[in-house]
Amino acid sequence: MNIVVCVKYVPDSTADRRFEDDLTVDRVGVDGLLSELDEYAVEQALQFREKRDGEDITVTVLTVGPEKAVDAARKALQMGADKAVHVVDEAIAGSDYVATSLVLAKAVEKIRETEGSVDLVVCGMASTDGVGSVVPAMLSERLGLPQVTLASVVESQGDQVRIKRDNEGSTEVVGATLPIVLSVTDQSGEARYPSFKGIMAAKKKPLETYSLADLGVDAGQVGLSVAWTQVEDAAARPPRTAGEIVTDEDGSGADALVGFLASKKFI
Amino acid sequence: MSEVLVVVDHADGEVKKPTYELLTIARRLGEPAAVFFGSPDKADAVAEKVKRYGAAKVYVVDDAQIKGFLVAPKAEALQQLAEQAQPSAVLLPSSYENKEVAGRLAIKLGSGVITDAVDVEPGEGGPVTTQSVFAGNYTVRAKVTQGTPIITVKPNSAAPEEAEGAGTVEAFSATISDAARGAQVVASQPRQSTGRPELTEAAIVVSGGRGTGGDFAPVEGFADSLGAAVGASRAAVDSGWMPHAYQVGQTGKTVSPQLYVANGISGAIQHRAGMQTSKTIVAVNKDPEAPIFELVDFGVVGDLHAVLPAATEKVNERKG
Repeated sequence: MNIVVCVKYVPDSTADRRFEDDLTVDRVGVDGLLSELDEYAVEQALQFREKRDGEDITVTVLTVGPEKAVDAARKALQMGADKAVHVVDEAIAGSDYVATSLVLAKAVEKIRETEGSVDLVVCGMASTDGVGSVVPAMLSERLGLPQVTLASVVESQGDQVRIKRDNEGSTEVVGATLPIVLSVTDQSGEARYPSFKGIMAAKKKPLETYSLADLGVDAGQVGLSVAWTQVEDAAARPPRTAGEIVTDEDGSGADALVGFLASKKFI
Repeated sequence: MSEVLVVVDHADGEVKKPTYELLTIARRLGEPAAVFFGSPDKADAVAEKVKRYGAAKVYVVDDAQIKGFLVAPKAEALQQLAEQAQPSAVLLPSSYENKEVAGRLAIKLGSGVITDAVDVEPGEGGPVTTQSVFAGNYTVRAKVTQGTPIITVKPNSAAPEEAEGAGTVEAFSATISDAARGAQVVASQPRQSTGRPELTEAAIVVSGGRGTGGDFAPVEGFADSLGAAVGASRAAVDSGWMPHAYQVGQTGKTVSPQLYVANGISGAIQHRAGMQTSKTIVAVNKDPEAPIFELVDFGVVGDLHAVLPAATEKVNERKG
């Protein structure tokens, strides 16, 4: 069985994230890392394998991004993935959801060719930079595989997968038959830290690098210039002006709080 | 004038406020046509509601063969409807499910998609959206340059304005493929209503974090005195004090109310991402160094277990 985990290299959300002059996200000048939300995807892929003791399961981590994005793949290898595929091509820079999902889908197909099958594609619930939550659904659409997304609990037996999903007004149990595209939330279970052994072992694990040409994707189909969405401008939000801070002493805090709310007509 | 499809947000035929916000926005762009996925016997009641906000047409898509499956059938139905109606844009209320529908639809229609818009205005060559990104630190304006713009819009992005529309009901029958039925909903449990406003729609949100120590009674009491929704930080949810549905932040709900009151919440980036665009922000926290105080219009350094009950009493007194 073959599992592919899609992960993204993102600017550290605690750093000073910003845009380039062409209004794309600065992915080079800001410290990057494996998107925290994709760690849960790696974790669930590894647990999926661990729960099926005795089965021959390969976990391949897939990332699309600039040179430095290989760090995200490496982290996943350190956590326990077996192989990594890094799609890197200058033409990809500035791609929108539509183009990103195209490259990912083509890469999954390439892995399917190499490995013989892909039974499960696992994604995080969103990236921590774009936070669109649309790529897993798009990937499912492109691959023609059932979409089993936003799982907080994943269970499987044979080729059957069941997940729990929290919707707006309800909690649902969703079932599907492999192969599927799965996405998991941050409620699915704490992601493991790479062990020292894992870090050492990762250095010897296979890491393939593909260009768009390797995937049979025309460079003219991706990137900023052909994106189906276009950013007109990006402006830093003006910092909030410092508000009034009072210290509570013997109930003065409640008085001041209610006074403020009343002055703003909230009461 | 070309149609703008607006997917109706509803619970069993009860139309929710974001629908009226989207219809209001749709009127800026063209002629609003509501799309109701639901039971046809609720169609007239829904049409009565949405025509008051300018819906010229109400497409009714019987969800009998849609609701038992995840996302894909809805996207198929919308594709078929869009191919027939040739709308100038498709607007959906921003929820995780609708964003997924939008994503699939974009690929099917060969169109660009923009998620989580907080405003949409007409522009040269199509709608221009405003999004709040990087945890609310940047405001981005963007547009779709290919195909039919598909835009998901966050709750509270516009004040609903009434305008009479014809509200002509039109049944639309979609053909759902077997391939779209790959993910089956085998059980669904509706969440119990708290009687409080919906978190993402509420004008006031009062939330609690680690500082509650697990006791949400003061937070809930204060919320009720203000008629507010209750929220929680990730720390409070991870501790098992509150269900995930209450979580405000990057991996929970993003709220943008008139007033946000953060109690015992330090204000980590994950939380700020979910509330930074609130109009007025108030915090109560024991720690004067808590980063949340950098955001507030008004802050109280103090113990929420003392401040909130006293404030609740005063608010209730004022209401008399």
